Amino acid sequence: MKISVVSGKGGTGKTFVAVNLAVTAQDAVYMDCDVEEPNGRLFLKPNVTRELPVHILVPHIDSVRCTGCRKCVSFCRFNALAMVKGKPILFPEICHSCGGCSLVCPVGAISERPLQVGAVQLGYVGSGKETRPSLRIVTGVLSIGKVSAVPVVKATLDAGAALSYDDAQADVASQMVSVIDCPPGSGCSVLESVAGSDFCLMVVEPTAFGFHNFRMIEQIPKQLGIPCAVVINKDGEPYAPLEAYCAEHSVPILARIPYREDLTEILSEGTLAVKADRELARLFEQLLRAIVDGGEA
Amino acid sequence: MKKLLVLSGKGGTGKTTVAAAFIDFSHARAFADCDVDAPNLHLVQSVDGPVERSDFSGSQKARVDSHLCVGCGRCVVHCRFDAIHLVGTKASVKEFACEGCGVCVEVCPAQAVSLAEDVSGTTTLYRGGRIFSTAELKMGRGNSGKLVSTVKRTLVDTVKRAGESSVPLCVIDGSPGIGCPVIASMSGVDLVLVVAEPSLSGLSDLRRLFDTATMFGTKMAVCINKFDISDGLTGSIEHFCEEHDVPFVGKIPYDRHAVAAVNAGVSLAYADCPASKALRTIYDRTMLLL
Repeated sequence: MKISVVSGKGGTGKTFVAVNLAVTAQDAVYMDCDVEEPNGRLFLKPNVTRELPVHILVPHIDSVRCTGCRKCVSFCRFNALAMVKGKPILFPEICHSCGGCSLVCPVGAISERPLQVGAVQLGYVGSGKETRPSLRIVTGVLSIGKVSAVPVVKATLDAGAALSYDDAQADVASQMVSVIDCPPGSGCSVLESVAGSDFCLMVVEPTAFGFHNFRMIEQIPKQLGIPCAVVINKDGEPYAPLEAYCAEHSVPILARIPYREDLTEILSEGTLAVKADRELARLFEQLLRAIVDGGEA
Repeated sequence: MKKLLVLSGKGGTGKTTVAAAFIDFSHARAFADCDVDAPNLHLVQSVDGPVERSDFSGSQKARVDSHLCVGCGRCVVHCRFDAIHLVGTKASVKEFACEGCGVCVEVCPAQAVSLAEDVSGTTTLYRGGRIFSTAELKMGRGNSGKLVSTVKRTLVDTVKRAGESSVPLCVIDGSPGIGCPVIASMSGVDLVLVVAEPSLSGLSDLRRLFDTATMFGTKMAVCINKFDISDGLTGSIEHFCEEHDVPFVGKIPYDRHAVAAVNAGVSLAYADCPASKALRTIYDRTMLLL
């Protein structure tokens, strides 16, 4: 079962919920799709065994063959090619890698070459002496200065899917939990991360900011037809509009994680909540059970 | 006119809280919310006067005329985004995946595919006493970078029309991360103020944001929010700033008043609390850097 963890607003506790859920599930795959700021690894401290580069294809122009006909420049809808002194030049950072320019070039002057935009790190949690690692970690990392998060998100999801089937039979694989830690916001890379999941968990902060962004993100699982539920993080004073909205629209609230001033320091330093506190460990066990049972029902 | 952009790398560190307070401290007559994925500044900065709302069309999407489609599948083979499929004998576009590149239009032998404008968000401009440019991206859409650029351009153009000399400073609330919308928001600003959080995640994200700002040659300063969460990591952030010659402009304590202010729809500028006092100091120091 693939569980995507989202929150419209940043810093509501997506990674906090996702890593603790993955640790609670034990035999699980954790995928960090927040490729701009991948932080799950700071809590899970995986042993990284492999790093796979993520490439996109960008055009390479053979200036000898190029006749300067401009067809590629007029074709490119992203303005990634411009004519300078009679020849096209490329702005690779805005290239969408559609392949259109090489398609329309009448003299075959454009070939495509890979450009690295990020990497996917594969690893596991444990000493390495166990017969099989219990928790597999897949981390997508966008390279600095690159704008195209989506290819890195896709590569992370693919690598995670491969890991979940690797050492399990089909029926076991369907039961195994994968936790997808999504980027903040409600844009294209969030949609990409949620689209392949079986259940979408929305982490919400009980504030005016949290509620406003929750209303935006909530449309994603609804539109995709994916069952979803809410976890309230930093719970204290109930935020009445959020409670009323969930009740009215039958969005289940599966857990309320209290704001624990006594734990903020150790959590900020990378300690796992479920290892540090029994009460939170119980809360995450109940949450996981509610998701898995609810997803099967 | 000076442009100050508030960023954070990690989400939820208090960008909007800082931006809203700065707007009130400076009596800024122009500001913008570039966090188009999750805009919140309007919740703590109410603006009166005339409002202009417009649809934002950042791109086009493919459309198939099923009467003309011959089902040859050429578009399916050429699409790099897995956005077009044969359903029965006709091609069909997956709207979310389509990036509007036009390759399918190019390869179709029957002229069955065309591109049509796609509304991917809404921009809102308040231009009464104060100028406020903001936007909201439609769910799941790309192009947040283009929308961010539009929000900024709208702000600057409106200020110019109003007479630039009357607006010495504009404050821009940014988005989390280091990708497309952040890079778009950075261009042309005079200073980026980073609101960092003393956690391992906060420090890691600050590093990545610093590298990004350096790459684009953008001047940067740092403050820490909720510094009392972890003395150790607050020290690490200050050390990082010292090491990289980044001006460090102050620390804000964890303060329950902050949540209360957000829920009441006001900034912390006029609250009588420790966080507000710290923000004032940070504001004064930041203004000296501009």
